[in-house]
Amino acid sequence: MTATTAKVRPILAAQRRGGYRDGGGDEREQQFIPSGLLAVLMLIASEMMLFSGLIGSFLIFRMSAPFWPPPSLPHLPIQVTWVNTFVLLGSAGTMYLAVRAVHQNRQRLLRQWLVVTLVLGVLFLGIQGSEWVRLVAHGLTLRSGNYGGTFYVLIGCHGAHVTAAVIWLAAVTAVAVRGRYNARNAAGVERIAAYWYFVCAIWPVLFVLVYLM
Amino acid sequence: MSSTAAVAVHGAHGEHHELSFWRTYIFSEDHKMIGRQFLFVALFMMSIGGLMAMLMRLDLAWPDTQFSFLKILPQSLQQDSAITANTYNAEFTMHATIMIFFVVMPILVGCFGNFLIPLMIGARDMAFPKLNMLSFWVSAVAGVIMMSSFWVPGGPAAAGWTSYAPLSAVPLYTGVDWGQNLWCISIIVLGVGSLMGSINYITTIINMRTKGMTFFRLPLVIWSLFITAILLLLALPVLTTALALLLFDRMAGTHFFLPAGGGEPLLWQHLFWFFGHPEVYIMILPGMGIASELIATFSRKPIFGYRAMAYAMAAIAFLSWIVWGHHMFQSGMDPALGQGFMLTTMVIAVPSAIKTFNWLGTLYKGDIHYTSAMLNALSFVAMFVIGGLSGIFMACTPVDMYIHDTYFIVAHIHYVLFGGSLFAVFGGIVYWFPKMFGRMMNETLAKVHFWITFVAFNCTFFPMHILGMGGHMRRIYNPTQYDFLKPLEPVNMFISISAFVLGAAQFLLLANMIWSYYKGEKATENPWHANTLEWSAPSPPGHGNWPGPVPVVYRGPYEYSSPESAEDYLPQWQPVEHATAAD
Repeated sequence: MTATTAKVRPILAAQRRGGYRDGGGDEREQQFIPSGLLAVLMLIASEMMLFSGLIGSFLIFRMSAPFWPPPSLPHLPIQVTWVNTFVLLGSAGTMYLAVRAVHQNRQRLLRQWLVVTLVLGVLFLGIQGSEWVRLVAHGLTLRSGNYGGTFYVLIGCHGAHVTAAVIWLAAVTAVAVRGRYNARNAAGVERIAAYWYFVCAIWPVLFVLVYLM
Repeated sequence: MSSTAAVAVHGAHGEHHELSFWRTYIFSEDHKMIGRQFLFVALFMMSIGGLMAMLMRLDLAWPDTQFSFLKILPQSLQQDSAITANTYNAEFTMHATIMIFFVVMPILVGCFGNFLIPLMIGARDMAFPKLNMLSFWVSAVAGVIMMSSFWVPGGPAAAGWTSYAPLSAVPLYTGVDWGQNLWCISIIVLGVGSLMGSINYITTIINMRTKGMTFFRLPLVIWSLFITAILLLLALPVLTTALALLLFDRMAGTHFFLPAGGGEPLLWQHLFWFFGHPEVYIMILPGMGIASELIATFSRKPIFGYRAMAYAMAAIAFLSWIVWGHHMFQSGMDPALGQGFMLTTMVIAVPSAIKTFNWLGTLYKGDIHYTSAMLNALSFVAMFVIGGLSGIFMACTPVDMYIHDTYFIVAHIHYVLFGGSLFAVFGGIVYWFPKMFGRMMNETLAKVHFWITFVAFNCTFFPMHILGMGGHMRRIYNPTQYDFLKPLEPVNMFISISAFVLGAAQFLLLANMIWSYYKGEKATENPWHANTLEWSAPSPPGHGNWPGPVPVVYRGPYEYSSPESAEDYLPQWQPVEHATAAD
């Protein structure tokens, strides 16, 4: 038992780090997609279904409502949110540059773009937060009918996802600052990048549906 | 290269001390231990869910009667030693909730999925052992939350396991306040645990197969778990959406499902059943996989139409996304839409029939060994056919209008879920017990358990078809309130007595498991002379599954009675000189 454990541990660890498969006779083959990235892609698929449920519910209320927004309630801030949309889409671009930097083994550039992405993400959340405070002050709350309810649930769900992505990115950035990532060991950056692209890509859909439509 | 170096570095660190008790049994990262943990928790929950069923049957046979022994139960399950309308609502809600979310899913997916996937594909463990452990513990927390609702004021959820809004959305309607909130929270938490599990399963099956284990050499049970994991991954988030909206309605004053505030009660049904129908197949597909293993092994024949079996499961999984409206024919949905759902639903009969045909084709002219595992697998097929056929009745809109919300539906769901999934579970437990615990289960006791269960099961659920045709509504606590149901009361009495026998028979399984765990005959590596990879590991396998290198796979999993072997089986890991080139 003990001997087996000692022998198996490093193999399991190597498998977890991704890239290798434990074949017969402990031969290893390159994997098609590293396990960690595959897991993140599946997480994204699952999250897409979550958003599909929310968006579907939103559309049912939106389509059946005679007035949207209801006359007594404030309109959503479109101009500021346009700016915010560009902030978030810009962060996807800087994230792409970070991934390119790590593949080129350029440490300083990697750190720089990760930090810029992080700042843009926090900026997006800050603007969203301040707009929410203004909307609540103008009388739009979770209880303001389905107009308020769907707005806060749908946009809040996205905000929660951006928050999670920002925390994750902060952790990755902390590791990057210590110079742990390089062209061969870029999986950590690739994973957060995949998730970051997802939270950025879903935003324009929500923006069009909730704010513009 | 860097990985090899890392192995060397880690090897130098290699722990030479035994893992502590906590790391071995409680917070284990070993897929086999996590599988056993799921098994034990699910069996415990089965006793609670079974208790709910017994209480319901007690009430339906002797409505509004006081039984002094009911006093020991919490107030939420009896009032003044009698089962009342309110406690009955809580009982059928919790029976279904526990059986579906905390018994069938944890056993099929949690226990067999965890235990079998790495062993059968030739991996040392899951792709993410820590995530695997977390998945179990998150699910366990969900179970604790659900159980705690028995003791909150107002009792547990009582709006049915489907929790239709607005009934479930306003505490006043059911008289249940925190019970329903806890129900929602518990299932959201369970969804998170399940997400972790399904990500792990899919990654493991895609990335961790041993050399030679191509997708079309995977055992069918692995195929079924793979497809199930994909369904879980995509279906549960939709339920999470619905539950979150329901919680907002209950706790934050929104009106998503409340018509008074402009909400849409039907939206709940759409969201719930969009999850709910894939969920139905989540609960049957692994059962189909287990039955396929058992039937091929004990017929000593290759499975008939291996690829057709895998494709049929994929087809069922795909169709499960476009049939949810058949639960809502009576909801006021557009009849034209209902017709579309009727057609898609009937199409599911095609892949299901392919599977049944192939099981029968496997049995045909086979050298059938009537072990207890095989008996359970055979009854899986038979009961699944009955449940499947009654499903076609319900898929027909005009027929469904009559039998909707009657005991016919109750009979159908139990033929599929008990007659199907649970018989597969019983068969799977007997079959893999030697691999899980290193000892054989007592065959005589297992056969006695099977026969009593089989007879009592049919006596319990078959007459429910008759009740349903007689117009007996489900979810009523006292059928004698209605004159037209009074002549059916003897049938109810018969069902209840059969149900008590069915419930009591399950102690035989439990007793057999406990007795065999300590006193059973020591199992060899491959007691059933089966072909799949788990039987090449020691019984029970140690940490890392194989003491030596991971076996290489040379052929498909069902090469029974092959002319290339002197024996009637040819394991996947056994090289045969001339066979390797041809394959």
